[in-house]
Amino acid sequence: MNTSLSWIKMYVPDLDVTAQEYSDAMTMSGTKVEGYQRLDADLDKIVVGQIEKIEKHPDADKLIVCQVNVGTETIQIVTGAPNVKEGDKVPIVLDGGRVAGGHDGKMTPGGIPIKKGKLRGIESNGMMCSIEELGSSQELYPEAPEYGIYIFQEDAVVGESAVKALGLDDVIFEYEITSNRVDCTSVIGIAREAAATFEKAFKPPVVKATGNQEAAGDYIQVSVEDENLCSRYCARIVKNVKIGPSPKWMQRCLAANGIRPINNLVDITNYVMEEYGQPMHAYDLDTIEERKIVVRRAKQGEKFVTLDGQARTMDEDVLMICDGKKPVGIAGIMGGENSMITDQVKTVLFEAACFDGANIRKSSKRIGLRTDASAKFEKGLDPNNAQAAIDRACQLMEELGAGEVVGGMVDAYAQKREPARVKFEPEKINALLGTDISSEEMLGYLRRVELEYDEASGEIVAPTFRQDIQCMADVAEEVARFYGYDKISTTLPTGEATTGRISFQQYIEQIARNVAEYSGFSQGMCYSFESPKVFDKLLLPSDCPKRKAIQIQNPLGEDFSIMRTVSVNGMLTSLATNYNRRNKNVGLYELGNVYLPKELPLKELPDERMLFTLGMYGKGDFYTMKGVIEEFFEKVGMRKKPAYEPSTLHPYLHPGRQAIVTYEGKEIAFLGEVHPAVAESYGIGERAYLAVVDIPTVLEYANFDYKYQGVAKYPAVTRDISMVVPKEVLAGQIEAVIEQRGGKILEDYNLFDLYEGKQIRKGFKSMAYSVTLRAKDRTLEEKDVAAVMKKMLHGLESLGIELRS
Amino acid sequence: MNMKEKLQELREEAVKRIQNSDGLDQLNEVRVAYLGKKGHLTAVSKSMKDVAPEDRPVFGRLVNDTRAHIEEFLEEAKERMERALREKQLEEEVIDVTLPAQKLETGHRHPNTIALEEVQRIFIGMGYEVVEGPEVEYDAYNFTKLNIPEDHPAKDEQDTFYITKEILLRTQTSSVQARVMEQRKPPIRVIAPGRVFRSDEVDATHSPSFHQIEGLVVDKNITFADLKGTLEEFAKQLFGPETRTKFRPHHFPFTEPSAEVDVSCFKCKGSGCRFCKGSGWIEILGCGMVHPHVLEMCGVDAKKYSGFAFGVGLERIALLKYEIDDMRLLYENDVRFLKQF
Repeated sequence: MNTSLSWIKMYVPDLDVTAQEYSDAMTMSGTKVEGYQRLDADLDKIVVGQIEKIEKHPDADKLIVCQVNVGTETIQIVTGAPNVKEGDKVPIVLDGGRVAGGHDGKMTPGGIPIKKGKLRGIESNGMMCSIEELGSSQELYPEAPEYGIYIFQEDAVVGESAVKALGLDDVIFEYEITSNRVDCTSVIGIAREAAATFEKAFKPPVVKATGNQEAAGDYIQVSVEDENLCSRYCARIVKNVKIGPSPKWMQRCLAANGIRPINNLVDITNYVMEEYGQPMHAYDLDTIEERKIVVRRAKQGEKFVTLDGQARTMDEDVLMICDGKKPVGIAGIMGGENSMITDQVKTVLFEAACFDGANIRKSSKRIGLRTDASAKFEKGLDPNNAQAAIDRACQLMEELGAGEVVGGMVDAYAQKREPARVKFEPEKINALLGTDISSEEMLGYLRRVELEYDEASGEIVAPTFRQDIQCMADVAEEVARFYGYDKISTTLPTGEATTGRISFQQYIEQIARNVAEYSGFSQGMCYSFESPKVFDKLLLPSDCPKRKAIQIQNPLGEDFSIMRTVSVNGMLTSLATNYNRRNKNVGLYELGNVYLPKELPLKELPDERMLFTLGMYGKGDFYTMKGVIEEFFEKVGMRKKPAYEPSTLHPYLHPGRQAIVTYEGKEIAFLGEVHPAVAESYGIGERAYLAVVDIPTVLEYANFDYKYQGVAKYPAVTRDISMVVPKEVLAGQIEAVIEQRGGKILEDYNLFDLYEGKQIRKGFKSMAYSVTLRAKDRTLEEKDVAAVMKKMLHGLESLGIELRS
Repeated sequence: MNMKEKLQELREEAVKRIQNSDGLDQLNEVRVAYLGKKGHLTAVSKSMKDVAPEDRPVFGRLVNDTRAHIEEFLEEAKERMERALREKQLEEEVIDVTLPAQKLETGHRHPNTIALEEVQRIFIGMGYEVVEGPEVEYDAYNFTKLNIPEDHPAKDEQDTFYITKEILLRTQTSSVQARVMEQRKPPIRVIAPGRVFRSDEVDATHSPSFHQIEGLVVDKNITFADLKGTLEEFAKQLFGPETRTKFRPHHFPFTEPSAEVDVSCFKCKGSGCRFCKGSGWIEILGCGMVHPHVLEMCGVDAKKYSGFAFGVGLERIALLKYEIDDMRLLYENDVRFLKQF
């Protein structure tokens, strides 16, 4: 919503503030000014001048030399303008002044300074201006020539400000109007707020009774078939219509709001729409068959040509305005070509109606046609405003001599909307605001915006244009905004104390972040939605359950059309971005949800599982990744040893280099090297590794209930086991034997050598473990050690392992 | 030569050798040569048996004195030599402290998380519990229970991603408000951070997925002044103690009265700069008193309790605080970006 300052001042004549003051105060009282533009910001020293004499330039065919009276003196100006003649009054920018742009309509921020100089040897002391040079356009100033100098009407006063004469000494404010304040999508509504904000008198237009002795009802009948979708339909008639231009003052008002003046009739409907926020429509009564208006739902598939010449198809939820035989307009959206006003119109039917906002919004969406009118109706208008607007339009028709208004109004208004009443409870208002405002003071604020107090019932009566006033809190807001939000004190909540904390899961996630970061991984964030194509990219088989993803009905495109069921695509894409940008040694992690539907289509909310996903390329390998997950498990108190099953379950991982991780027999994570084909298709040119930890499962085992075990008092014994191991025997199997056979006195073990190659025969590998044994209660004797080692070695031999020395 | 003289001689000899010793090894040789099992002094003391019994105590004392004397000299020499050695070592071990550090290469936290942790820290300090709610949500929690009925224009304004007629991607963390009020009894003080979704094309200032932090307080006698005080404290802790806040009337369907909050620009301190577009103020959040309809719909007795709620855009804070000029950077995961935090 935009308004010019001058239009607001028409209803708040005592308003005397700068644009900045207006902007600040209105914003603080709830009518947010997004910004303002001074139309004359780049215009300086421009006056109305009259051309007294024109002579040819002695040395240039296309130039003329003019003597121009600028009020205080007569100056000489050389110009190439083709459209001026002696006696014309034109805008003159004097030496040292500024214009806003070129005559091609291109604006120069800060303006273009104009200085006196010589044109082909002849002195020129200023410049005549086109409307474009003054920062506007021929669209908004239809009387301006298409190409050439703007020429004033006879009554312009020589020597006075041309900016003023053109109405360019104005400021345009742009507002953000919230959805609850439909009344403020009108100049009157904003003027009412301005008057209340600055405590000035509000003087809305006085609409007098208009019309001749005839009755509109003799010209037109109205029947509304669907009262839910059309709560009111007002119709009035103007006959002997004379189409012509509207007066300059009206054109200026419209121009300042960016509306192109067309003719008196159109301009009046536009003017009233801006002024009252009520869209109006004018029909040529001679095109209305049977002199009847029927408001009904369209028939399914009904075709209709709107006044923009487009054929459109309706459905049963679209409300149509029809005459006795045919539709003549889509209610609240656009009129029909068949009833369009032409310059030959004799009798006009004015319509001001109130249509259901939600229906208009949906219809306009379905039809694909959004107009200024539908944008207003969508918000849900006040039916009582319709009459005010139609009467105002008729009054203007009469005042401007645009036609003869027929008396009376045809009004289909089944259920009159009454003002809302809210109990006035000053103590509750103070309790909600934390203020101590007297009820008298409160009522004073409320009265400013026409919220009257009914002493008899103790109620606040809200005019019907204030549909937002429904309960005490609404009244409290009215009090607060005029009392001043800034004047309300600042306190902290009192009452029973509460404890601040994060949840257990958030704590676990915090540890995940710490471990990942200390291990060199940086945190990434990926989108929750992706393309269904990622499943193919990840080589998931067609029957893979992960392909069962939640579809978004109205996605931003295929790339954002499903809720992800796997986290690895985001990670691989991020790694690829880094690889592509030549970043070396990249490690990333993400803590984010996947969305697993229980059934499709979705009947209940999906399982949102938080996954801790790690990805890397460059430094490190499978075992680096393994180390990070183990470190994480340890830091969340999972002290048991996780088990690693070689796996081929994840097709996007290397079939020989992936593992499922289980903890106490429960699957908790997986990791592996990215399948070379997948790495290639993502554009990662190095070996890359992924690990995915299921946080909900971690929560089942995470535990910070540590118990002190004592520090060892007795010495440990270390033994090395050196082996030649068949290739297919896994370290995990060896370690299982060590653990099982080592029993209570096994303290620790670790692999310190692994070798495959020339010195070992084919099909075998050399491995060496160092085993630490210690008893809690005594110094181990050689025989204890020997017995355990013997058991261990036997066990290892049974795996087909040869022991060396 | 009597024993006394002999001991005297031994003593002088030993002292001389000690003084001439070059290094701990030679010093040790002297020790062995005099005090060792087969050393000179030991040999002398073995000749005790040749001394007249009445002279033995005197002799014994003399031997002990000599031993003590030599030991003292040895000790002193040892200390001196060790000190010299250490000094030499320290001299030789001078390093170039300006050579590059060898750092453990750690990763970096996402700016969103850093900002979130800061916000959480502030509110936890004020007694708020951090709670979460589902990202795929029922229409009821995202809209209906927040006073946004079917056909409300706000539903269109927010450009919601729908899954089914009843299930959608939440457009605001306010959805958690309704869940918390249904599940808990006042006093309630929670913040609910999380991901939200709106149908905005990706560009420098928009993303179809971003994060919000919702705050909710419900208790007896909660006032708009409490809301102002709480958010003023929050702004001061987040942006610095000199930060000023401005509450402007606004409208949200689920709060009444509602406000938008600006903070004085922390870059120019309010004098106006490119950052705050010359206004000196930066809009950071929306808030208000929980609408009585919302309280009632969520099972809270609006006659007994009142509350306030606020919603902050996490990315907005991160972008402002860290002066990030393009929102897309937050989801690209380029390590050159992440490393700056």
